[in-house]
Amino acid sequence: MIITKLKDIDEIYEMIKPYSKILIAGCDGCCQPPRSINEAKILGQMLELKSKMNGKNLTWKAITVLRQCDDRIAGTTVRPYIDEYEAIVSLACGLGVSMLNRIFEDTLTFPAQDSMFGASENHGDNLYEQYCDTCGECLLGETAGICPVASCAKGLHNGPCGGQVDGFCEVGGYKYPCAWIQIYERLKKFNRLDLFNKFRPPKDYRLMTSPGHLELIQEYTNAIEEEEVEK
Amino acid sequence: MGNRPAFSNLMKEIKTGKFLFTGELEPTKMVDISEIIHSAEAMKEYVVAANVTDGPQGMAYVNSLIPSYLVQEKVGLETVYQMTVRDRNRIALFGDILAAACVGIKNVLALTGDHSALGDNPGAKPVFDLDSTQFVYLLSKMIDENTDVYGNEIETGKVEMNVAIAANPNASPREAEILKVGRKVAVGADYIQTQTAFDIDDAKDFIKELSRYNCPILLGLFPLKNYGIASYFDKYIPGVSVPKDLLKSLKSAKKSIKDKKERNKKVDEINLEFFVPFIREIKKSTPAAGIHCMAVHYERLFEPLLKDFR
Repeated sequence: MIITKLKDIDEIYEMIKPYSKILIAGCDGCCQPPRSINEAKILGQMLELKSKMNGKNLTWKAITVLRQCDDRIAGTTVRPYIDEYEAIVSLACGLGVSMLNRIFEDTLTFPAQDSMFGASENHGDNLYEQYCDTCGECLLGETAGICPVASCAKGLHNGPCGGQVDGFCEVGGYKYPCAWIQIYERLKKFNRLDLFNKFRPPKDYRLMTSPGHLELIQEYTNAIEEEEVEK
Repeated sequence: MGNRPAFSNLMKEIKTGKFLFTGELEPTKMVDISEIIHSAEAMKEYVVAANVTDGPQGMAYVNSLIPSYLVQEKVGLETVYQMTVRDRNRIALFGDILAAACVGIKNVLALTGDHSALGDNPGAKPVFDLDSTQFVYLLSKMIDENTDVYGNEIETGKVEMNVAIAANPNASPREAEILKVGRKVAVGADYIQTQTAFDIDDAKDFIKELSRYNCPILLGLFPLKNYGIASYFDKYIPGVSVPKDLLKSLKSAKKSIKDKKERNKKVDEINLEFFVPFIREIKKSTPAAGIHCMAVHYERLFEPLLKDFR
């Protein structure tokens, strides 16, 4: 899931100020905390109020999309409304905002949220945690399942650094654990310090460079479907 | 010790087995570095080389290469060019090492660096393309094989440098630190300069454990110029705690002695009482190659502190 944070209402208002009719699109996908139809309605009310305070009338409609990051789903859901509104405010993560902008080339979609990180839901510690940074070269087999790319503040491959104190990291005021001490302790538990001692050479950051591209599995591409229709 | 020749005077001195001292210079937000030059002149007689720090605590300071060069040029004191991987990717590290080699720098201390979030430009994008171990690997490639990490050759001249690494005697759990140092030594470190130690037993144990790698060790010590520095160190430097008695004596000197000269005299006495026996014990009962004395802005202590060891 993608962890998101609602932007300040003033910042959202500044983005939509030039428009008087906006569509607010929630997302029922993986965005956390949830930003669905209710959140879209609340945002609409807040923006309407804000507009009134600035002597403006704002017309808005709230909808929600099953997953804004899927072009078919997002396209089908949003298309019936698109001609009625001047702009869209998306309550999805950056993936959804980008997708709506790509599908609806003649309408600007603005983000209502800041996207933070891809997270796992750790109920035990009551935390959303970033266990993976999608770096393109998985090291978890050498690090007892704890990712130094995502979980070490410096992304070190051969840690720990001198900034850990009693297993806590200098970044964030020694509140969060040092990933490399966790790795050390877990490898030690399994008698696998050989993996800790191993030197990991410089990483190939081309594997992590954005923008990322990967072709959809062929069976599902439009091209193949069209070919079949022709036959 | 590996097969790399001793390129620097410091490395040559270490190989003689003589107990030696290195100092530390901390250039900050400055264009006029005459203060650094003066400090270097003041310590020249007592140390074999001086480290030049690279934006400690994540601060935006003058690049350490130019002060490293100028101290060698103007003062004739060899420097240990400190480099962190915080602000440079492998291309910039490679380029800076070539530049350092161009101007005759013979020692480099490969560091991770304090995170930029801790410094005075906290929103900066931290680099960490390589970690400090991978930086040692790059240095080994450059020095021993005359290439970058991809095998692209250095066209003219050779990088003749000795590689220092850091180790933290205050780190806990210690085994992780010891193993990490071993990993770094294996990829090509020539000697170790440690973070500051205040506990003699801890320091002795640490040196003993590190000595398995046969990599010369310079134990870091940090004389405390005044109570303010001591309490700052105690509170804000990761993992370092200044002994309570030392803090107490410095505090009482600050409170009770109004005359600055008299107060300085007392502070010097307190430091000498603590550090002279400390150094003596390290020299006598450990295989340490010497002391890395981080008496930044406190050069007057070098003479009384080191006179018995020269």
